[in-house]
Amino acid sequence: METAIFLLFAFLAVASSLVVVAHKNPVYSTMGLVLTLSAVAVLFVLLGAPFLAVLQILIYAGAIVVLFLFVLMLLNITREEMPQSGQPVQRWTAILGAAIFFGLVGTLLWRVYHAANRGPLAPLSEQLVSLKALAGELFAEYLLPFEIVGLLLLVAVIAATVLARRPEDAENAGTAVGPVLTGTATTEPDPSGQNPDFGGGGR
Amino acid sequence: MNVELLATAAKMAVTLGLLLNVVPIMVWVERRGSALMQDRPGPNRLGPLGLFQALADAVKFMFKEDVTPTAVDRPLYLAAPVLALLPALTTITVVPFGPDLLVHGHVIPLVVADADAGVLLFLALASLGVYGIVMAGYASNNKFSLLGSIRASAQLISYELALTLSVVAVVIPVSSFRLADVVAYQRVHLWNFIPQFLGFLVFLVASFAETNRLPFDLSEAESELIAGFHTEYSAMRFATFFMAEYISMTALSALGVTLYFGGWSLPGVHLEGWLGALVGLAVLAAKVALCLGFFVWVRWTFPRFRYDQLMRLGWKVLLPIAIVNLIVVAALTIHGTL
Repeated sequence: METAIFLLFAFLAVASSLVVVAHKNPVYSTMGLVLTLSAVAVLFVLLGAPFLAVLQILIYAGAIVVLFLFVLMLLNITREEMPQSGQPVQRWTAILGAAIFFGLVGTLLWRVYHAANRGPLAPLSEQLVSLKALAGELFAEYLLPFEIVGLLLLVAVIAATVLARRPEDAENAGTAVGPVLTGTATTEPDPSGQNPDFGGGGR
Repeated sequence: MNVELLATAAKMAVTLGLLLNVVPIMVWVERRGSALMQDRPGPNRLGPLGLFQALADAVKFMFKEDVTPTAVDRPLYLAAPVLALLPALTTITVVPFGPDLLVHGHVIPLVVADADAGVLLFLALASLGVYGIVMAGYASNNKFSLLGSIRASAQLISYELALTLSVVAVVIPVSSFRLADVVAYQRVHLWNFIPQFLGFLVFLVASFAETNRLPFDLSEAESELIAGFHTEYSAMRFATFFMAEYISMTALSALGVTLYFGGWSLPGVHLEGWLGALVGLAVLAAKVALCLGFFVWVRWTFPRFRYDQLMRLGWKVLLPIAIVNLIVVAALTIHGTL
């Protein structure tokens, strides 16, 4: 029974993550991502970590991916235009990513192989990870890393606010000098004021 | 045959049956209720008090022609109503509806999914409901639908925060995410809506926004967006969105009643066994029915918010109130008052 459920959802996770990377339409990719996250959440439940599964659905599938979709819809991207050959940066990051992935898989297999040589593997503890135990570990044992992660998120929030907010002197400068300076794509100031004009930086 | 497996199947059947029957009854309540408030008779021809009108509507939805426009993104268009309905149907499984039952030496908890993180599971599943709406708007290939679903996704994300924070404030003094524990706590202490009135108000307002009901039904504002995200849907597919709306209202009412009004319990009533189970189910149903009546009452009383007002209310009023409430409740709990 458990093996059947595992196989079903493992297959679903792999298939839907293939959809995420391979589908031409970004909206389908995003929906594939939702499916991947949900399938992996089921695997978490099978591993005795229901709390992790619930958080994965609540935070990733329920909030973050909705924001992805939101942005896709606002930008009205319907189809991804594939360039014939990727940028060199893309190629190098892809190679680096693949190296890390296969390194991780290789290490894992190597460790499992060696552990299996030493004797039969101990089964995972049948006991579910209780919320209270998790909270105790998180807020007592690993308090410092937890707080550091919180600080990191705070920095990200402040950075996003600074980027999205248009400084008041830049607003005047942007309308008066901006078009003369940039002259290309962002000559028209955004009428809605939603899109900050960065003077065409990076274009 | 395994007694526990059988019991789970029976509980699922009861829950599903009740939920699906809520929809036609609620349509009737909504139409008669609006008629009452607007001083007109409403549908009163079919059966006693026009009750069979709901049946006629259901039959009509099933037999109407189902038009699929040619310009839609077909797979997503067909999947969207199901995506909207599924989370609505699954969320209520964590809400307990009676005391533990003893059957042939097995303790059967009267809740379909007796999850350790029940409250969080409810919120997680409910947060998936937005995908049905967003997909409907995107796949319809219609500007009004797309606008409706963009509004819906922004609105749901904004109000989910306030909703979650108000729910967490209930969980702190109980010190458990299991809804059965929340009910047990309220059988000993006061019902939560008295000590946590501020949190209850936030929960109430946010749940109207979460279910896309007036005064927050911006995603289907008729005067601006035709019918919003379900403009291109007809017949049973349209009815599926309708069902999803009423079922998520029911589920959220059940959660609210369990968190703030003692759930299936009544003060002074301590019944056990089958009688206790039946009374518990009836009490929960009655409380949920009152909540649903309140939903209808509010819908036909208040005008619709403007979109910027909706966003301002969510981020600048409800969220700060929810955070203050959370801090106060946490402080009082540590102090030992709650």
